[in-house]
Amino acid sequence: MNWTSSDIDQRLDTMADALRQRLEQGGIQDFAMVGIHSGGVWVAEALRQRLSDEIPLGTLDISFYRDDFTHRGLHPNVKPSQLPFEVEGTHIVLVDDVLMTGRTIRAAMNELFDFGRPASIVLVALFDIGHRQLPICADICGQTLALPPHQRVELRGPAPLAADIIEMTPA
Amino acid sequence: MIHSPPSANIQLTADGRLKHFLSVEGLPRSLLEEILDGAASFVEVGGRSIKKVPLLRGKTVVNLFFEPSTRTRSTFELAAKRLSADVLNIDIAKSATSKGETLMDMLWNLEAMASDMFIVRHSDSGAPFFIANHVTPQVAVINAGDGRHAHPTQAMLDMYTIRHYKGGFEGLKVAIIGDVLHSRVARSQIHALNILGAEEVRVIAPKTLLPTDIESLGVSVHTDLASGLRDVDVVIALRLQKERMDSALLPSEGEFYRLYGLNNERLRPAKPDAIIMHPGPINRGVEIASEVADGPRSVILHQVTFGIAVRMAVMSMSISGQESGL
Repeated sequence: MNWTSSDIDQRLDTMADALRQRLEQGGIQDFAMVGIHSGGVWVAEALRQRLSDEIPLGTLDISFYRDDFTHRGLHPNVKPSQLPFEVEGTHIVLVDDVLMTGRTIRAAMNELFDFGRPASIVLVALFDIGHRQLPICADICGQTLALPPHQRVELRGPAPLAADIIEMTPA
Repeated sequence: MIHSPPSANIQLTADGRLKHFLSVEGLPRSLLEEILDGAASFVEVGGRSIKKVPLLRGKTVVNLFFEPSTRTRSTFELAAKRLSADVLNIDIAKSATSKGETLMDMLWNLEAMASDMFIVRHSDSGAPFFIANHVTPQVAVINAGDGRHAHPTQAMLDMYTIRHYKGGFEGLKVAIIGDVLHSRVARSQIHALNILGAEEVRVIAPKTLLPTDIESLGVSVHTDLASGLRDVDVVIALRLQKERMDSALLPSEGEFYRLYGLNNERLRPAKPDAIIMHPGPINRGVEIASEVADGPRSVILHQVTFGIAVRMAVMSMSISGQESGL
């Protein structure tokens, strides 16, 4: 199974509308977006284009916050986290490409709180493939999939975005 | 004296990851680059208002300094604290070794306290290797300077500084000036520069301050400052190590400054955009003039800042190397 760039665009359009609505309902006018490296940053950029160029966009690399660091070691391509706005008191839209166990999101929230206390966090994911291990769910999701444990979704980018289902080789 | 054959491979796990960091010598280029890349992201952590990440939470790091140090010890301590580790500083001069306890008894006691990492500085070359060879398998050892042998984290923070300002090592000419004879920093820098592919490494010093076999490390030797500095991209001044100096090596500090001390005039043969580095602590008016140390091309204080990030990278890599198994 795969998604072409127009498939992805369609989902991003729907997600942008849903996000706009969600923020309006919450009475939130000013907010910042934060993408999780690397796929989440691509999705955040694509959503921001649909919403407004003026939304501050930050990037997070959660390598220093992973709960499996001692087993897997430091990721060789750690990127600096960059949050060009005050986290304290800001409404944040946190964006990732694929939501699975929830551990990445937990790490991302821990990292955000080390920069300050956000007013709120809304979670956006392009795909939700289940297999959750923590009580975390997306507020806005492009597509929910029920994948067997050996399959993952891989996003290709940064532009245009496309996605494939890939088979995991046993480690 | 502690005698232990320095073998490079005890630093690595079976799958080539860093386990101990004892010497730059013999490590592959990819591993040195991994340290530099890791450090780049830790530099960003140092710029945050909360300068702390939870990577080494619950780990215990012991600073074992058998030789006095302020900067290296405190940057290791800060690095460990920014990784959320707990840090124990042991001032050996005041500890039980002066009451007759052997080194091994002391290490076993520290291991019994469930330590995860020893940061070792010792006046004997090879001491950190000896300790790495005798610790239990879960403990990582990092060399914070041993005798005249090696100071690998200093060399890596210098490499980070060079890469930061020069973009890479290809085509670079680097001059190391001064007391190479007593300098573990110079030895580690020379190894690192050659592994990372610098075009030319020069040492500039009077013959009395050069080890006899220095060319074998892959450097060109200059006794004249002006010719040695011609067209270099990076100038590294070394500290004149008065405390290690035998009387006959130098007529006087004034004589050294007259021939090798760096001031703006003497730096003319170097490239106009050359950066000036020094591992510290600096002897103003001995190896370097204040106009250079505090001048626009000096990156000496940036070296200190980068040093924390480089030590964070080395510490987190070697701790995870312990846990990943053999």
